[in-house]
Amino acid sequence: MLKWLRSPASETQVTHGQRLWLYIFAGITMLLLVTPTLIVIPMSFSDSQYLEFPPETWSTRWYGHYFGSEEWMRATRTSFAAAVLTMLVATPVGVIAAYGLHASKLPYIRAAFVLLITPMMVPVVLVAIGAFYAYVKLKILYTMTGLVLAHTMLAIPLVLIVTGSALKSYDMNQENAARSLGAPRWKAFLTITLPQIRFAVVTSALLSFLTSFDEVVVAMFISGGDNPTLTRNMFNALRDQIDPTIASISTLMIVVTTLMMALAQIFGRGNSRK
Amino acid sequence: MTTTDMNAAGLKRDERLERLKLFGLSSPAILLVLVILVIPVGWLFYVSFIGADGSFSLENYERMIKRKSYGRIFLTTFEVSLLTTGLCILIGYPLAYFMSQLPNRIANLCLITVLLPFWTSLLVRTYAWLVLLQKNGLVNKWAISLGLWDEPIKIVHNLNGTLIGMVHIMLPFLVLPTYGAMKAIDRDYLKAAANMGASPARAFWTVFFPLSTPGLFAGALMVFVLCLGFFVTPAVLGGGKVIMVSMKIVSNIELFVNWGAASALGVVLLILTVAVLWLASRFLKLEQMTGGGH
Repeated sequence: MLKWLRSPASETQVTHGQRLWLYIFAGITMLLLVTPTLIVIPMSFSDSQYLEFPPETWSTRWYGHYFGSEEWMRATRTSFAAAVLTMLVATPVGVIAAYGLHASKLPYIRAAFVLLITPMMVPVVLVAIGAFYAYVKLKILYTMTGLVLAHTMLAIPLVLIVTGSALKSYDMNQENAARSLGAPRWKAFLTITLPQIRFAVVTSALLSFLTSFDEVVVAMFISGGDNPTLTRNMFNALRDQIDPTIASISTLMIVVTTLMMALAQIFGRGNSRK
Repeated sequence: MTTTDMNAAGLKRDERLERLKLFGLSSPAILLVLVILVIPVGWLFYVSFIGADGSFSLENYERMIKRKSYGRIFLTTFEVSLLTTGLCILIGYPLAYFMSQLPNRIANLCLITVLLPFWTSLLVRTYAWLVLLQKNGLVNKWAISLGLWDEPIKIVHNLNGTLIGMVHIMLPFLVLPTYGAMKAIDRDYLKAAANMGASPARAFWTVFFPLSTPGLFAGALMVFVLCLGFFVTPAVLGGGKVIMVSMKIVSNIELFVNWGAASALGVVLLILTVAVLWLASRFLKLEQMTGGGH
């Protein structure tokens, strides 16, 4: 141990001992990054009316409460449906946009790129009230179509960035070779390009799913009536009470997120192996 | 005109057509952004210049200048955004540095501790802090049992609670680009500095730190811009005491149904955001800001 403390840790011959403060600081920071969210999990299994840690008696009554509530179940179905549909719309729309902008090399592509990533830059409250206004005019307020379109728009910048950077490191000449052998452009794209950027496409799809699933502010304005999302109901419940039901829903959301992240990691690893 | 020239002209025309067709592939995405974002925001811009009586007026903007409460809201927004960004730099830079010094395998494990909260729902994380920081929450309970303070203190529903939650949520946005920039630094530069007699501190500040600043700036900019328009976390953890611009916009619509006032605030918020991004873009490339450069 002492020997390790005195051994050099970097190119400038700083020893591990001199860096000890950094290790402790980083350790605490990483702990603080992860634990606050995870502490909700044991709390959700408490038998008490109040949130306790560690719970004195364990039970799954708050899960029962959640699964037994028609309102929460409907919101959950809405959120999942919106997330899946957003993924199914945003991924192809975003990927062909990224491909088009990458291959076209016209002078306007920079302007188009900036336009397409604006949903990420504009304060989300403005996106929300703007969409609310547009949906009143288009008569799609509180509909699934409206929700999916808005969430798709929010997801497009991510798809564009992830897929776009994959295309940058892809050699387009491979597609040209296929086309010179007689394949039409769409076929060259589907059989040559797409398989090689598939990891970026899958990552884009997962990110689109999560963008929709976690989105609060836009859903607050344009989801409602028969179609409130899970996050919208959670946000409203948070303002009034701190009920362990929210802890159990949070736990389930953490499970969904972790699952998605694990999937992305698996695909990401495949990507780096390539 | 010879046949070759005509062929060349024809090929050129074909190429241009092909490029236009390819460009057209982005039209569904562009259409979506135009219809749901650009046109409605343009309408908000217009509405902000319409007074209560339905005619053109600047009253929505005058109100912002005249009423002290509005000034305070903008001040709070800047205060919270600056403090959050500052704290994120102070906490995030050392963390990114720590990870950049580790062998890849361990660094990737540490990176998960940054990515896990990054991917977790914002609402869930805000809720977790609400639970932890409340009066009979864990933080108070542990602090009292450790003897840090005697009776439960108010940590949430005020500025402190808001800052704790926001720093936690924003930290990954700063750490990821900073870490990326640090990883790209060639370690031989540091060896060279040490070889020529620079102390470790000097080598760090004159060689390593300047090379890591593009990532740090990109991260800090992202954090600051996101903070300016933040809604969920201050609304839940601020307990009505920390009122930011976005919250005032929402209450103007939900409570007062005053689109003019909400739009004017929105326009100012948007202009502030664009101004910050424009200023930054003079020092940074767009690709760096969006992370596409790595």
